Amino acid sequence: MSESSLRLVWVYPDLLSTYGDQGNALVVERRARLRGLDVQRVDVRSDQPIPTSGDIYLIGGGEDRPQRLAAERLRRDGGLERAVSNGAIVFSVCAGYQILGHAFINDLGEREPGLGLLDVETVRGTGERCVGDVLADIDPQLGLPQLTGFENHQGVTQLGPTAKPFARVRLGRGNGTGDGTEGAYNETVFGTYMHGPVMARNPLIADLLLKLALDVNALPPVDDRWYEALRAERIAAATQPA
Amino acid sequence: MAGNTEPLSPRAKLAVTAGKAAAAVSRAAGRGSGSVIGGKVALKLDPDLLGRLAQHLDVVLVSATNGKTTTTRLIAEALRASGPVVSNALGANMPAGITSALAGGSDARYGVIEVDEKYLAGVARDVTPKAIALLNLSRDQLDRAAETRMLAEKWREGLAGSKAVIIANCDDPLIVWSASSSQNVVWVAAGQEWKDDAWSCPACGGVMQRPGDDWFCGECGFRRPTPSWVLSGDHVLDPHGSAWPIHLQLPGRANKANAATSAAVAAVFGVPPQVALERMYQVQAVAGRYDVVNFQNRELRLLLAKNPAGWLETFSLIDPAPAPVILSVNARGADGTDTSWLWDVDYPRLAGHPIFVIGDRRLDLAVRLEVAGLDFRVCETLDEAVQLAPPGQIELIANYTAFQDVRRRVGN
Repeated sequence: MSESSLRLVWVYPDLLSTYGDQGNALVVERRARLRGLDVQRVDVRSDQPIPTSGDIYLIGGGEDRPQRLAAERLRRDGGLERAVSNGAIVFSVCAGYQILGHAFINDLGEREPGLGLLDVETVRGTGERCVGDVLADIDPQLGLPQLTGFENHQGVTQLGPTAKPFARVRLGRGNGTGDGTEGAYNETVFGTYMHGPVMARNPLIADLLLKLALDVNALPPVDDRWYEALRAERIAAATQPA
Repeated sequence: MAGNTEPLSPRAKLAVTAGKAAAAVSRAAGRGSGSVIGGKVALKLDPDLLGRLAQHLDVVLVSATNGKTTTTRLIAEALRASGPVVSNALGANMPAGITSALAGGSDARYGVIEVDEKYLAGVARDVTPKAIALLNLSRDQLDRAAETRMLAEKWREGLAGSKAVIIANCDDPLIVWSASSSQNVVWVAAGQEWKDDAWSCPACGGVMQRPGDDWFCGECGFRRPTPSWVLSGDHVLDPHGSAWPIHLQLPGRANKANAATSAAVAAVFGVPPQVALERMYQVQAVAGRYDVVNFQNRELRLLLAKNPAGWLETFSLIDPAPAPVILSVNARGADGTDTSWLWDVDYPRLAGHPIFVIGDRRLDLAVRLEVAGLDFRVCETLDEAVQLAPPGQIELIANYTAFQDVRRRVGN
């Protein structure tokens, strides 16, 4: 992390911000400020270069054509790969998650190369679209409580040997592979299918990113009353359908 | 221009009668206006009924993400200057509801019809409209709606052969793309505050440049067309450059935009802007929206906002702080079950207002407002929120089913 402030980069809101993805940036920013950190948020449009000196990068969900355009522009830019090699933390959602893998199927039905920052590859599912509330257990190594979110995608994402499943679903589809995995991660790069946005329902993920970026083991506590109430309600709603 | 006066076929007449009977039964059973069930029965007996009913009318279609019910009302009022109008004024905007509404207006000259975005191309084919008003397109009901851009693409394909005059908002790039395959377009500079669904060029995918009120694609030639009608503050400028004052009982910039578009539509049928705009003043509330009601000895203004673009326009019309605000959000089927759109709404604009939060998804809203750094109270019921609200007229903003819940509670 740079000397004076935490640099939070939101990648391509003009293309990848269909599902309230700004929420993840707002939650990370808010929780950093509540800890007294100075945050510099940089929203990078797809005709601008990706800064390589950020601490945390967020990349969101979007529709099929914008996803292809984003992949093309990110590959051409190369900044995100450089940031990761500099040690930056990246958190990606849905279309953004697929872009960080080796490849996905684009809106033209063709195989579109991704950035290869996560050892995953995505094809298009043949079944029904995965839409609805999800409940999952996050990899215990990450020390996070249950994952609650909303999924809306048709991807089937297979994990390679260097990617670990981010979570295992109890309810919902996750990676769509049928093996119960949801999302993927390595040391610094994370991917999930969870909208919601995911940080609003799982604020401790935001804290995890902050801890990794700051290289600390703990953060001062903040008032999580409303997050806790929302989590309890969504988990109950997912487990006790009307 | 009233079309042919040939009577309906016996089959069509039977279908209309059966539809009315089904609607009456539905009403008697206390299940709403019955217009949708009536239309369904009628369409089943005569699938071409919609087209046949429309043959006798000069039809105007109105579609958009936001403002279609209100604009339909404004156009209907304006056209009444020149003849009787039939309209689906209650917002039943899919083919069954439209059929039912048209079946109720046998002596009408004009049919002014609100159409759901997904059905526009089909209805435009069935009823051969004289004019189609296209107001705006933006994200709505993400869990089940097609992509917003794909919707624009479908409109573009569906309207390509239409002989109708298209009256379209030149300030929304997706609307311009939808209308750009049509021969006869009247562009209206009606404005649009929400811009986050059109940063990417619908033609080529290039990044849109938006200096001031203008917009153009940085890569291809797609750009804002020159309007012939312009909303300018409280006036609408007609194609001759004359400025006509807009006096409405309905609040807000978005309704002035709806009035400007409606004046342009009325002109297609020979109704002068002055006459059209004066008639629009009659419109007070539309299906309960904008109504000020008395509840527990307090004045509540009921405002409907279904999606980020709608909330943005609504924030710009409410009374300034410290007017108390009640927010209500549900996520039932008709609302869309994905609440992530709350994070696209610019809630920090409510800073300074006492805020009370109700509705099925009040906790989603609570987290949203907490992250925005706003003070708020979460309440179990509307009654509790109203009791806690400090003095002054209360602005109540709700999404679709939450709005219906509120109307039921206040007896509106």
